[in-house]
Amino acid sequence: MLRKPDPLADTQMTISLGPQHPSTHGVLRLELVLDGETVIRAIPDIGYLHTGIEKTMEKEKWQQVVTVTCRMDYLNSFGNDLGYCLAVEKLMGVEAPKRAQDLRVLFTELNRLSSHLVWFGTHAMDIGAMTAFFYAFVHREKILDLYECATGARLHQSYFIIGGTRWDLPANFIDLCDEFLKGFPQFLDECKRLVTGNKIFQRRTMGVGIIPKESAISWALSGPTIRGSGVNWDIRKTEPYSGYDTYDFKVPVYDGCDVWSRYLVRMDEMEESWKICVEALKRLREPGEHMANHPKLKLPERDLMKKHIDVMIHHFLVASEGFTVPIGEVYQSIESARGEIGFYVVSDGKERPYRVHTRAPSFVNLSALPEMVEGSLLADVVAVIGSIDIVLGDVDR
Amino acid sequence: MSESIERAPSATQYPRYVDASQVRGKFETTIEEVIEAVSEVTVIARRDGLVALMTHLRDEPSLRFDYLSDIAGLDLGEFASPRFALSYHLYSLTHNHRLRIKVLLDEEDPRVPTMCPLWKSANWLEREIYDMFGVTFDGHPDLRRILMPVDYEGHPLRKDFPIKGY
Repeated sequence: MLRKPDPLADTQMTISLGPQHPSTHGVLRLELVLDGETVIRAIPDIGYLHTGIEKTMEKEKWQQVVTVTCRMDYLNSFGNDLGYCLAVEKLMGVEAPKRAQDLRVLFTELNRLSSHLVWFGTHAMDIGAMTAFFYAFVHREKILDLYECATGARLHQSYFIIGGTRWDLPANFIDLCDEFLKGFPQFLDECKRLVTGNKIFQRRTMGVGIIPKESAISWALSGPTIRGSGVNWDIRKTEPYSGYDTYDFKVPVYDGCDVWSRYLVRMDEMEESWKICVEALKRLREPGEHMANHPKLKLPERDLMKKHIDVMIHHFLVASEGFTVPIGEVYQSIESARGEIGFYVVSDGKERPYRVHTRAPSFVNLSALPEMVEGSLLADVVAVIGSIDIVLGDVDR
Repeated sequence: MSESIERAPSATQYPRYVDASQVRGKFETTIEEVIEAVSEVTVIARRDGLVALMTHLRDEPSLRFDYLSDIAGLDLGEFASPRFALSYHLYSLTHNHRLRIKVLLDEEDPRVPTMCPLWKSANWLEREIYDMFGVTFDGHPDLRRILMPVDYEGHPLRKDFPIKGY
């Protein structure tokens, strides 16, 4: 709803940015009260992409919910699935076997790369650097091809399920992934040379969209957005899950509190993610079990089902009725490409979740946008939106 | 089914939840119950004195919950009393520990004091709960619907709201 402009201040003007504006990365609408080109007030208007995912989860069976979680933050699907699976596994007292954890680490980190590449391309394009977009998307395609090879889907993979992963890697995946990872550092170097040293890009981002450290904590920013404000907090380090404590990586932190710092954090983060990917791929060369040995989670082998009627009945029951999860509630948060994604899962002991609430990182990060842009120029709003890297599917759910 | 599976060196000690018994003594009238389950700690608190409890949790140096991660609404069912529950998920960047504060609300009077003066992130999180459950936050600076259209009727995440055909 549009606010009435102050009739006495005839220099003020209210404009609506979005929801179809390409620089809003989806369907975000901003009401901007401008004085000349200076933003006096900014009021984000969201909900254009609200699809009631939390409500939908309540009618899906436990194992089916992963097909919905990956549709929230569609650039970081693996991360969403991982958060939900870890929450339910915690409730059930199940732990994924080592190979499944390595698979999860590899794919969430590849996902961080592909998500950051979309951010890199679009953020640079918002500011006016067209070329970076094409470079970034060519390499993102290569990562999507890897997803397709392993999971059969490019965007909504639903590859992680409760207890492990849906299936093991295909035979040719390791070589394909190895080939991609070998070429990645050179490409990242190209990206940095293309944009980081660019004087125009620097002038457009340095000192823009300032959010001080105390403010960033109070607004509960997370991910690269808070690390660009000098807060050294990464859930992979502070509350490690899926064996992240066994990987050697750094958490890049910059204390400029501006768009430029957030840019540098993400660029460095891609390098660290690449390191984790290389290590995880090395571990995946060893064979192992990809699914927890739990009677309700691991479905029986096909040939056993053909021989034994009780195995057949067991498979039929698990596949048709699903399984139950002990009564209780858990909150599990993980570090997605955008920040802390938390799953608050409540079970009433039935075969469907009673309630799944998602703490969406984009939603919380976006709420601090007015503080970042008020007082700056209209053109900077676009740079700031790009720097907090929102995905509207995650904001609106 | 008997082969042993190699398990990763697990980090099951995380996330760490804080021991809430020290707070309980100070806020005997506010805190109804402290529940420990699935290695998580939930403090069931009354609405009266909630702000004082939260302020203490934020400012006490040994607790220092400076980060409000999330507020989750929960409808306990159409015929349940109390009907609604709000779960505040607090995190401390200083000490790296967590705590869940749960407030139960009756259907007749679903209102709680806002947490906006303590944590700015409460602003949108509370608006989302107001939108989805119809719980009112007293003193909220800008309590409007956030995800649904402004002229929408009903609260979609209540259990009596049908999944389709409303």
